[in-house]
Amino acid sequence: MRDTLPQPDAFLPLPPATFHILLAVAEEDRHGYAIIQDVAARTNGELKLSAGTLYRSIQRMLEQGLIVETQDRPAPELDDERRRYYRIAPLGAAVARAEARRLTQLVRMARNRGFVEGRA
Amino acid sequence: MMRAYDLLLRLYPASFRAQYGEEMRAVWARRGRDASGPLAMAALWIATLSEVLFNAAAVHGDILRQDLRYTARTLARSPGFALTAMLVLALGVGANTAAFSVTDFVLIRPLPFPQPDRLVKLWEKLPGYPQMELSPANYVDWKHMSKSFDGMGAFYDTSVNLVGQGDPERIEGTSITADLFPLLGVQPAMGRLFTAAEDREGAPGTLLLSYQLWQAVFGGDAGVIGRRVNLDNEPFVVIGVMPRDFHFPSRNAELWTPMRFHEHAEGFLDRGNNILEVVARLKPGVSLPQAAAEMGVVAAQLERQFPKENERTSASISLLREEMSQQSRLLLMALSGAAMCVLLIACANLANLLMARGLARQRELAVRTAMGAGRERLVRQLVTESLVLALAGGALGVLVAFAAVPLLARLVPASLPIAQSPAIDLRVLIFAGLISGLTGIGFGVFPALRACRQSDLSALREGARAGGGRNERLRSVLVVAEVTASVVLLVSAGLLVRALWRVAATDPGFRAGGVLTLRTALPMPKYEQAAGRAGFYARVLSAVRALPGVSSAAYISFLPMVMHGGIWPVAVDGRPPEVQRSGSHTASLRFVTPGFFATMGIPLERGRDTGESDTADTPFAAVVGESFVRRYWPHEDPLGRHFTMAFHDRMVVGVVGDIRVRGLERTSEPQVYLPYRQMQDGMLDFYAPKDLVIRSATAAGTLAPAVRQIVRSADSEQPVSDVRTMADIVDQETASRSAQVRVLGAFAAIAFLLAGVGIHGLLSFAVSRRRQEIGVRIALGAQSGEIVKMIVRQGALLAGAGVVPGILLAYAAGRAMEGILAGVQPGDALTFASAVGLCVLMTVLGSLVPALRAVRIDPISAIRSE
Repeated sequence: MRDTLPQPDAFLPLPPATFHILLAVAEEDRHGYAIIQDVAARTNGELKLSAGTLYRSIQRMLEQGLIVETQDRPAPELDDERRRYYRIAPLGAAVARAEARRLTQLVRMARNRGFVEGRA
Repeated sequence: MMRAYDLLLRLYPASFRAQYGEEMRAVWARRGRDASGPLAMAALWIATLSEVLFNAAAVHGDILRQDLRYTARTLARSPGFALTAMLVLALGVGANTAAFSVTDFVLIRPLPFPQPDRLVKLWEKLPGYPQMELSPANYVDWKHMSKSFDGMGAFYDTSVNLVGQGDPERIEGTSITADLFPLLGVQPAMGRLFTAAEDREGAPGTLLLSYQLWQAVFGGDAGVIGRRVNLDNEPFVVIGVMPRDFHFPSRNAELWTPMRFHEHAEGFLDRGNNILEVVARLKPGVSLPQAAAEMGVVAAQLERQFPKENERTSASISLLREEMSQQSRLLLMALSGAAMCVLLIACANLANLLMARGLARQRELAVRTAMGAGRERLVRQLVTESLVLALAGGALGVLVAFAAVPLLARLVPASLPIAQSPAIDLRVLIFAGLISGLTGIGFGVFPALRACRQSDLSALREGARAGGGRNERLRSVLVVAEVTASVVLLVSAGLLVRALWRVAATDPGFRAGGVLTLRTALPMPKYEQAAGRAGFYARVLSAVRALPGVSSAAYISFLPMVMHGGIWPVAVDGRPPEVQRSGSHTASLRFVTPGFFATMGIPLERGRDTGESDTADTPFAAVVGESFVRRYWPHEDPLGRHFTMAFHDRMVVGVVGDIRVRGLERTSEPQVYLPYRQMQDGMLDFYAPKDLVIRSATAAGTLAPAVRQIVRSADSEQPVSDVRTMADIVDQETASRSAQVRVLGAFAAIAFLLAGVGIHGLLSFAVSRRRQEIGVRIALGAQSGEIVKMIVRQGALLAGAGVVPGILLAYAAGRAMEGILAGVQPGDALTFASAVGLCVLMTVLGSLVPALRAVRIDPISAIRSE
């Protein structure tokens, strides 16, 4: 559809929800609720994505080509046919890397000014 | 629980719900299960509610952004379509916004006073004169005897010479009773209003300034309160400045002075001295009919009390809001109707354009459907597109309206207490936004739904030809409607043009060309003596007559068409000089200096002009108009006959042609001209000649400064005002008509153009759709002529189907406008024939290009292309 592939940098800075969703689907295909659980677990329950925020982000990320909906289903006994599973797309991985780089640079700058405790 | 959540989910767009609704429900169900206890449940609900509200709005926003981006891309790809659609709408919206701004300003918007619907005007009602000003004595009695009103105030127009602020100036003002402004509910911007004490006989002069006069003459000086000025050589003190948007009784009034009634003066006691206009405020709970009934009783009581003076005098009452002529009202209503016709045509055109585009885009829509876009998303996309077009067109339309409104200002009647020109304010902008939006939605949704209904996979297979037949019929109906509306507009504009011509061709009874006029209103205590005035006239007239190019010059009380009043009862010798206060025995009264008729080009039919020898010591002479003679001495020699008018016996010494004192469109009373030297001192001061008329071969621009110089040397304190040509005054008679004709003509031209574009568009589309068929026909040996005939016939059918109902509707419109047609028949054959002729021409022109394109179809490629 698109004339040229978008540059990862064009998506930065990434909304936190988007970044977390990318992280959640990076290691394995997940369905919506699994993403919410994964994000909650990784943030020690600090970030609980609401259904609306999640699916709105998912819709946008699908359109932007950051993630794809996968047709691979888990074993039938684990599956619920209503669920859709999402997987990170190459562009999504590139964007996540770019965002991570951006955040790292920020943290480095903050550390140089003495805003970060501890060592790198 | 789940049901409540489902309801919340409805806030999301349907497409989003279809995609993710199920999963969101599942997620929410788990959350619900996790929440233990009513407190946690309540917290979950609160969080959910705010989350859904925010995210649903955000999703809608995402879609809108996407649609807008998509719209921008698709419109940029077809700039011709986008531009045409926007221009069509700009014309429709512009015409309506302009028409609305004026109509709303004049007819709808409440007057700028508190509770304006309680404000009424009171009139004396006499046979032949439904709305006559009140005499001061009747006013005072009405005020004391009536109980329907919270207050009643009176005013009359004056104009005064303002001396002491730069050059002497002639200012239009209004003399009011002190209770008038409190009754209207207005406050001054600076200073205070008149007190009752300042409105008594003998009180020192006080003065309120309009904001405009304060700015223009006093330079907006904040210290103007307490300033002393001279009005007609009498000292006045400025006590206040009225607000900028305050106009009363009309926008002409620039200052107000208290009336300071002379309760025992002759003018006050005379119940035939109808000079006061009266405004009252209805008491809460009193209706207009109730007040009218009460005033009828009051008037009847006074008629019994003063059977002679108040003979057949009753009362009439009307809303202040409706203080305008039926003609003004009709002109504006015709304008609004015409604007609506233009909008209708614009909408039909837009729907047509969008439908044609919808058809052309069927493939694209089918592809999008195939890729999973729901119907709701497609409709939404198309509606966004038409809304963008509509709002862009509407914005352009507002610009059109900005340009057009000043042209319409002439349609604002001077009789209302409102400004000269309507402003395009928020109210008007909201109107423009509404009609643009409604047009966009109304005429966008419909084609969108149609397009989507057909955008299934069959469109992909069959190509762009799918679903042509029904669409074309619908589009034909739209084009027919456009033709109908444009016939109505063409005929209406035509009828009004004919009416304008007829009015403009009316003989005013004088030759306006080459006559310059100006006013030197002589202030009264100073020029009370006829001898003093005669000296002034002699100095001015002799010097003016000596100017190069000037052939004659004279003075008269008031110019025709400028002053319509000055009507007096007439009694003819032999019959007692009764005051016959019915229209059939009145005449207009003017005092003139010798040479007036020659200057104005009014033919002297018999006898002689008034002369310098007609003085107070000689028998009182009069020159009368022909219709005066026809009324009283139809078959006799009028010269030497006597009649009584304005307190004195007068003898006819001359007869002149009639003139249109009341303007080109009204019947005027017969005219009576009296020699200026026979004005008695202290009587009829109001009629002292003040308007100078000069016939000259010199251009008005060069002549006027010379005349000003002459007046200045005759009396350095005498202001000169109202410098204009007689031709301008006559033109002014048709000014609102010609403004309206110009506007309506423009509307008709737009309609005509749009209908032509509609026919052209439809036929072009038909030709491209029938390309193959036409190709086959050509291949089978059809002649070019036959093909052209076939296409033009289709156009002619469309036009014919539109013309017939158009003629009927136009006739109905003509009947509705009869009041402003100045005698032109609503079924005027010439107008109808021209309108129909134009429509035929438009059809031929509109079908010609498509027909030629059809002829040029290459049969081989057309047949092969399928």
